[in-house]
Amino acid sequence: MKKENLRNSISKTLLALVVFFTFSQVLLSQETPVEVGAAETADAVADAENAATAEGQSGDAAKGKELFNSLCASCHKPYSRSTGPALHGVTERRDRDWIYEWVKNSAAMIASGDAEAVAIYEEYNQTAMNAFPQLSDADIDDILAYVEQPKPEPAVAQTPPVGGETSSGGVPTEVILAILAFVLALLVIALFLVNKTLNRFASESGIQVVEGPTRKPIWKAFVENQFLVLVTSIFLLLAGGYFAYGYLMQVGVDQGYEPVQPIHFSHRIHAGDNAIECKYCHSSARVSKTSGIPSLNVCMNCHKSISEVADASNANTSVNEDYTKEFYDGEIAKLYDAVGWDKTTQSYTGETKPVKWVRIHNLPDFAYFNHSQHVSVAGIACQECHGPVEEMEIMRQHSPLTMGWCINCHRETNVKVEGNEYYEKIHAELSKKYGVETLTAAQMGALECGKCHY
Amino acid sequence: MSSNKKYWKSVEELKGDSSIVETLQQNEFVEEIPIDDFLGDKETLESSKTSRRDFLKFVGFSTAAASLAACEGPVTKSIPYVVQPDEIVPGVANYYATTIADGFDFSSVLIKTREGRPIKVENNTLGKVNAGANARVHASVLSLYDNQRLKRPTIKGEPVAWEKFDAEVAKRLQAQGGKKIVFLTQTFASPSTSKLIKEFSSKYSNVSHVVYDTVSEDAALEAFQSKFGKRALANYDFSKAEVIVSVGADFLGDWQGGGFDSGYAKGRIPSKGKMSQHFQFEANMTISGANADKRVALKPSELKQVVLALAGKGGSGLKGKAAEAVQKAKAALQRAGGKGVVITGLPDIEAQQAVLSINSGSEVMDTDNAILTRQGSAAQVNQLVAEMNAGSVGALMIAGVNPAYSLPNAEDFVKGLKKVGLVVDFAMKMDETAKLSEFVAATPHYLESWGDVQLTTKNFSLMQPTIKPLFDTRQFQESLLKWIGNDKKYHEYIKENIAGSLGNKKWEEALHDGVFEGAVTAVTTTENTVNSTASSRMIIPAANAKGYELTLYTKTALGDGEQANNPWLQELPDPITRTTWDNYLTISKADAEALDLINKHVANGGLNGSYANVKVGKVELKNVPVIIQPGQAKGSVGLALGYGRKEAIQKEMQVGVNAYPLYQNFSTVQNVTIEKAAGEHEFACVQLHNTLMGRGDIVKETTLEIFSTKPKSEWNEMPHVSKDHEPFAVTSPEVDIWDEFDRSIGHHFNLSIDLNACTGCGACVIACHSENNVPVVGKTEVRRSRDMHWLRIDRYYSSEESFEGDNEKKDNFDGLGDSLSGFGEMEEASDSPQVVFQPVMCQHCNHAPCETVCPVAATSHGRQGQNHMAYNRCVGTRYCANNCPYKVRRFNWFLYSENEEFDYNMNNDLGRMVLNPDVTVRSRGVMEKCSMCIQMTQKTILDAKRDGRAIKDGDFQTACSRACSSGAMVFGDINDKESKVFANKEDDRMYHLLEHVGTKPNVFYLTKVRNTTEV
Repeated sequence: MKKENLRNSISKTLLALVVFFTFSQVLLSQETPVEVGAAETADAVADAENAATAEGQSGDAAKGKELFNSLCASCHKPYSRSTGPALHGVTERRDRDWIYEWVKNSAAMIASGDAEAVAIYEEYNQTAMNAFPQLSDADIDDILAYVEQPKPEPAVAQTPPVGGETSSGGVPTEVILAILAFVLALLVIALFLVNKTLNRFASESGIQVVEGPTRKPIWKAFVENQFLVLVTSIFLLLAGGYFAYGYLMQVGVDQGYEPVQPIHFSHRIHAGDNAIECKYCHSSARVSKTSGIPSLNVCMNCHKSISEVADASNANTSVNEDYTKEFYDGEIAKLYDAVGWDKTTQSYTGETKPVKWVRIHNLPDFAYFNHSQHVSVAGIACQECHGPVEEMEIMRQHSPLTMGWCINCHRETNVKVEGNEYYEKIHAELSKKYGVETLTAAQMGALECGKCHY
Repeated sequence: MSSNKKYWKSVEELKGDSSIVETLQQNEFVEEIPIDDFLGDKETLESSKTSRRDFLKFVGFSTAAASLAACEGPVTKSIPYVVQPDEIVPGVANYYATTIADGFDFSSVLIKTREGRPIKVENNTLGKVNAGANARVHASVLSLYDNQRLKRPTIKGEPVAWEKFDAEVAKRLQAQGGKKIVFLTQTFASPSTSKLIKEFSSKYSNVSHVVYDTVSEDAALEAFQSKFGKRALANYDFSKAEVIVSVGADFLGDWQGGGFDSGYAKGRIPSKGKMSQHFQFEANMTISGANADKRVALKPSELKQVVLALAGKGGSGLKGKAAEAVQKAKAALQRAGGKGVVITGLPDIEAQQAVLSINSGSEVMDTDNAILTRQGSAAQVNQLVAEMNAGSVGALMIAGVNPAYSLPNAEDFVKGLKKVGLVVDFAMKMDETAKLSEFVAATPHYLESWGDVQLTTKNFSLMQPTIKPLFDTRQFQESLLKWIGNDKKYHEYIKENIAGSLGNKKWEEALHDGVFEGAVTAVTTTENTVNSTASSRMIIPAANAKGYELTLYTKTALGDGEQANNPWLQELPDPITRTTWDNYLTISKADAEALDLINKHVANGGLNGSYANVKVGKVELKNVPVIIQPGQAKGSVGLALGYGRKEAIQKEMQVGVNAYPLYQNFSTVQNVTIEKAAGEHEFACVQLHNTLMGRGDIVKETTLEIFSTKPKSEWNEMPHVSKDHEPFAVTSPEVDIWDEFDRSIGHHFNLSIDLNACTGCGACVIACHSENNVPVVGKTEVRRSRDMHWLRIDRYYSSEESFEGDNEKKDNFDGLGDSLSGFGEMEEASDSPQVVFQPVMCQHCNHAPCETVCPVAATSHGRQGQNHMAYNRCVGTRYCANNCPYKVRRFNWFLYSENEEFDYNMNNDLGRMVLNPDVTVRSRGVMEKCSMCIQMTQKTILDAKRDGRAIKDGDFQTACSRACSSGAMVFGDINDKESKVFANKEDDRMYHLLEHVGTKPNVFYLTKVRNTTEV
């Protein structure tokens, strides 16, 4: 009786597993359409809102947006304080005529002693606002119409659904693998049990299991065949040597090193989405041996007015499912904290905390490398060595930075001599000597030890 | 097949059953291994808690831990600026012009800074006066990072805040109640500081200012004052001189503030058969004497006779060769007329006045643009000490000097100090004086300070900070401003104060240049009569029949001792004795024999010398080590000041004896008695083989007469070798085993060293240290010949009267016996030798013997002529050093950085800030050597490429050639046919060191020419 039970339980478990997998497949396949739908709804909602608010005002919000972006956006934001005050709600705070006058010539108003004007001038550290005499009252109305639109609520669909098997990431691979391993183990146990049961049946039924003629074990046969042993050991030695060499050669090579940085700086957003030139931030690469990690004041050139990333409702948004707007805004806040920037008062507190970045490209001290030689003189693109930085969310070491890698490039790369007076004489003489038109760096002497090691 | 041959190791083995052989066979080790000390002693064994088992555990754990730790690379952090200053680009050097004015050295310099850290001193080529930095000035950048510096002000030894310090001092100053307030300062030569002290005097009553020069030029100042009515020193431009007669003046060293070598060197290059002629009469062997055409060794008392004889006022006491030489010098002076000059360093007003009179018609001397960098008054200092002891001084402010160490009557000073109500010492370190002062105001280094310096009447130099003060320090002038209630910053004060003298230069421009010429104020020449007290005070003691005459001097390395805690300077070999880490009594061989004083060589670099007790009046210096100095005048001895400091000096650098107690009455000449003391002193010398032994091809030398009349082959012959019985020049491809490499394309660097212009000053050695991160190894290692200098300046004496005599003697040896005894004699330097300096660094041979023997190709040749050394490739076999005929390769026997055993600048965070980030810090077990500053040539090339321009002559420099203010070292590209180095290479005087070896070096020398023309 016992054995019956046992067999039942095994088959039940197997059946349950099969059912589970079938269902999970179905569930996983559903997730994509759900999300697309959500995004669409969010857009629709935003559009409807825009239309509704625009009608309620006297100006044209669309035109106003254009004007605002070209003239005002460098100092003002609609909903938060920047160099100047937040403009949303300004029509409630001030008289329209007052606004017209202020925009056209604020300095005159302050000079005339207008109490409100002087107060706001003092509040913003006596920063004078540019005069815009070219704007008509209608233009100003347009701008006001734009800034008075209610602040769009963050799209509801953006918040990730909570719980359930429909979570956007799906079932992690590890879980699937673990289940598979479990199933396999079960099968092995089952096989073993079946074999055992059959044997017991056989013994109980008195059937004699017929043993085959005893053959020499395979390992013994192998050991006795000297030729095979020799060939195998040579093969193993070579293979071992190959892998040992490979292992030793990668010691100290940190290709792919991708450490977690104190501030999550996304090259994808800066160099990719916003197409900022590398040397805008890494300016010392032009003149110095180091490319330089930009100092925080360079960040603040832009981030003084960019305190948050655009959310998903924006067509040009940089946020995605892995990194949310909240995440990026948090990283910008870290920058503000480090540089000592108070967002609310738009001023520096003077309390700075230098950022301790983790260095990714570590050349040993005995190798001299000069960025300006490669960037300014040779005109090599940064990506040549650093890889597709504009696609990297987290910066990583793209090249092996080994000597062989350097040397290969020096052998293959032609020296850029055009228009450089320094090279005129040496190029003429050397190309005559080697009988070539273009010279590689190696022919110029870039393989000599002392050029990089001193 | 093994041989049955028996090798006898000694005669003893022949005896069969010799007991010595028996014992030697038993002894595996020469010295017994002290196992019994440990194992035999039961107590130690039992008290030791580490069992064998524990030991194995420790070993196992550390191995496992080490291998685990090695699995992961270290995480390197990189911290950028929060707000990067506009002028700083990481990795690019900035240069600032500033001025050193520490009371002894005054110089306009350029400071190289990297990421805001000063790392090197360069000459300010815009400066017209004192623009050549000497060895001490080059090393001063390391003194900025001195661990022993005071970090904040102290009251009674307790660190306090500046506010409290100011309040306390103000309170105490008010409480003086009319008692005297005295400033005891170094020579600042600063118009603004003088004005400030004046303003201080008007605020507090009864203020006086005593200027104290640690090493005084009092006699010369008095003499100048008596003649021209101004306390200053005459200026000399030796480039205009045809005949220079120096009587006891080491004008290439520290005489009257130094800085004359570049002018001197200009006149020493023979052109069109002419060069200056230099007579030197002196007691000690100095670098001036070494460079002279004719040097006569005389005792100081005789030197005064020489001056008087030259002035035509006496000199009857001179006999023999000395009288003859004086006559020759006199004749030469007469012939030169206005282009002749006589100078003297005797601390004797009469002699100084005589010299000023002789020079009155000389173009070389300039009294209008007089030197102002020595202002000290010996009389006033003595008076101050007396007043202090009398209790009439209420407050004493000491700035820039350390009288408790450097005053000859330091004991009186210390006694007097206790009677002064308020003592404020403005000091960089807790030195001897600061220790005794109640208030110590921590002052910054000159690289952290502002200042203006009037070097000469016309020439001004500005001091600006090159780094934010490292510690909580405040400069003397800032403190004064604060105490007189002036809210201005000192640099604003200077700016206002010198606005008048700037002329049409703007302040920013003057600051950028570092130097400017002020409006000329003519010195009034009023012939004053000398007051008798002064002349009697400053006079050379009469010849002492029994005793010796001592001449106190300052060494190239340490000067007055201000920078005694600077390891670069301690390890800089003295140009003359080639000894490091010591001062010593120099004595002539004859006198040494008479006193039974000995010097003996015990190893390479190991020189042992006797001790002597030196006594002046009642003051006795015990155990002064003795060095026998060729060329020292008989009956005279020499001893360097500036050593033997103990306070605020690292233990390793507390070397030498303090000679200041012998500096009685601020006179460098003293009558002394000497007696031998017990014991032997261990010196660390870098050169013990003193003579050339007639090897004329190492240093080629000739006379002006031969040089200008005979063909090159007579005095600078190319060596030949015989092939098929045909003579071939050694440079000929016919006799070369190497194929020539085509070096005509691109740059080909050569370094030219003119032996005529090299004065042996040692500035290049320190410049090389600071540019190339050369480690300091310490005295014991130098004694083992393990010094790491990439550049050495060899000094050779002639063993006959002249090098020519040496060559003749060697060539005329007849037979084996003659040459054996003859060469033995030639190892000894002559009593009055000729001396020559020869800077030697890696010769960057085109056919380098070192490169061919390196088993791992760590050293190889570049097409630009440099011999490269890849440290990371070197495995330390040292074959290359063995195969180098010039012995310029240096091996890192130890790790010299971050190693407690070598506790010098590379062992602390502060000291490491001076390291040049462009040059690798070498590790243990690798060979290193001069790289011909490849980091500098590469930088020059890169800058040119980036700007897209061709390179001009003079753009290429090495650390040594840039530091060389005398123009002896010229570096450049010989493929540039317009360059100076190419012209030098084509010069008839050009030769290579050990030409016959056939190494074809890229460093070449220009034959030394001495002007021995007689009228």
